[in-house]
Amino acid sequence: MAFVSPGFRGRRSEQRGGGLIPPGQHLVDDFPVLSAGPTPETPLDEWDFTVVDEAGATAARWTWDELRALPAEQPTVDIHCVTSWSKLGTAWEGVSVDTLLDDVETSADFAVAFCDGDYTTNLPLEDLIDGRAWVVWGYEGDPLEPEHGGPARLLVPHLYFWKSAKWLRGLRLTDEDEPGFWEGLGYHNYGDPWREQRYWGD
Amino acid sequence: MVATLDETPTVRTLSLRVPDWPGHLPGQHVDIRLTAPDGYTAQRGYSIATPANGERIDVTVERLEDGEVSPYLNGELVVGDQIELRGPIGGYFVWEPSRGGPVLLVAGGTGVVPLMAMVRERARRASTVPVRLLLSARTFADLVYRDELDRLAAADDGFSVTYALTRGAPAGWTGHRRRVDEAMLAEIAWPVEAGAQTFVCGSTPFVEAVTSGLVALGHPAASIRTERYGAAGAS
Repeated sequence: MAFVSPGFRGRRSEQRGGGLIPPGQHLVDDFPVLSAGPTPETPLDEWDFTVVDEAGATAARWTWDELRALPAEQPTVDIHCVTSWSKLGTAWEGVSVDTLLDDVETSADFAVAFCDGDYTTNLPLEDLIDGRAWVVWGYEGDPLEPEHGGPARLLVPHLYFWKSAKWLRGLRLTDEDEPGFWEGLGYHNYGDPWREQRYWGD
Repeated sequence: MVATLDETPTVRTLSLRVPDWPGHLPGQHVDIRLTAPDGYTAQRGYSIATPANGERIDVTVERLEDGEVSPYLNGELVVGDQIELRGPIGGYFVWEPSRGGPVLLVAGGTGVVPLMAMVRERARRASTVPVRLLLSARTFADLVYRDELDRLAAADDGFSVTYALTRGAPAGWTGHRRRVDEAMLAEIAWPVEAGAQTFVCGSTPFVEAVTSGLVALGHPAASIRTERYGAAGAS
């Protein structure tokens, strides 16, 4: 039930953002930080990125230098956080998940992104391919800062931003859908901002 | 809204009666949505300051002058007005006495709000789980809940509070007079081998400083849970 708040006008960021702001979101110019625990610090010479297939085998692995040598893309995308902020036209640098899965044979339907700090998030594999997701290490021309997920994070801009896991270390492909960290704590399993899928039951 | 209490010149507690409220755990928050007469809506998250208490929940809101929602909640909303809210939300940054201790709580400014729900639940249950709270604020006047925290600490039942003021302190001040740093954490935190659960809430720079300090002191990252009030979208 919506109660009208007499005298409330608001900032009308929807008008500023045109049709680019999903329902219930507001525009921000800064870049808020969210995390459930301390910011991990993994030295780059110990860092790797792994794709684990549905049988539990390592299907692909890159060191930091190997990952950085892959063909890079520079997506500019709008991002939407479930805590109600949206940010338009953010510029990233990274590698498409399509590139990472090029040589991976799989019949999996889902993936779990896993991270330093033990964070996980789950997605349908089809949301990670066809140019819709990246593993990014650069933001607005600079290396991605640790508090924003550096050295590398997932970028899946068409879903709420908790799906764009920080401090990413790999993808585990799965036959069954396995709820990740927030998905097991009341947040929506899929998280489409345009359908306002914030919490269980949305 | 059934009552208000001004905690500091810029911080107000709103007491809300929520029909059919299902209850909540200390540390959880609500999403509050305001709807303008023409249908425009804006929503933000606010931590609940009180433990489960029937249909009554309190949220404590800092008025941010450049904010969109907080100047309305902490300024224009009056007793008897109705607002739309959703919750409880968040199942990770929570603690109740049955989860044991010892516990370290570290708050910057209004980051104390979700931690206050934990402290109040501990008192309400007459729990003796050891809990230490370190609260940092700019000035003495900005120490939210100070009278109640002092009263609870005076009970000497395992709860203690330490304050740190970053922008000046009154005459006779015996608390800290600087930002929370590693030396202060070393003094107040439980020994690493005590296996404490730690909850840290404040601005992003505050949370980064506290958590990196605790990790440097040897506390396992997995024992530290964080929340950032910029992060709850509060503005």
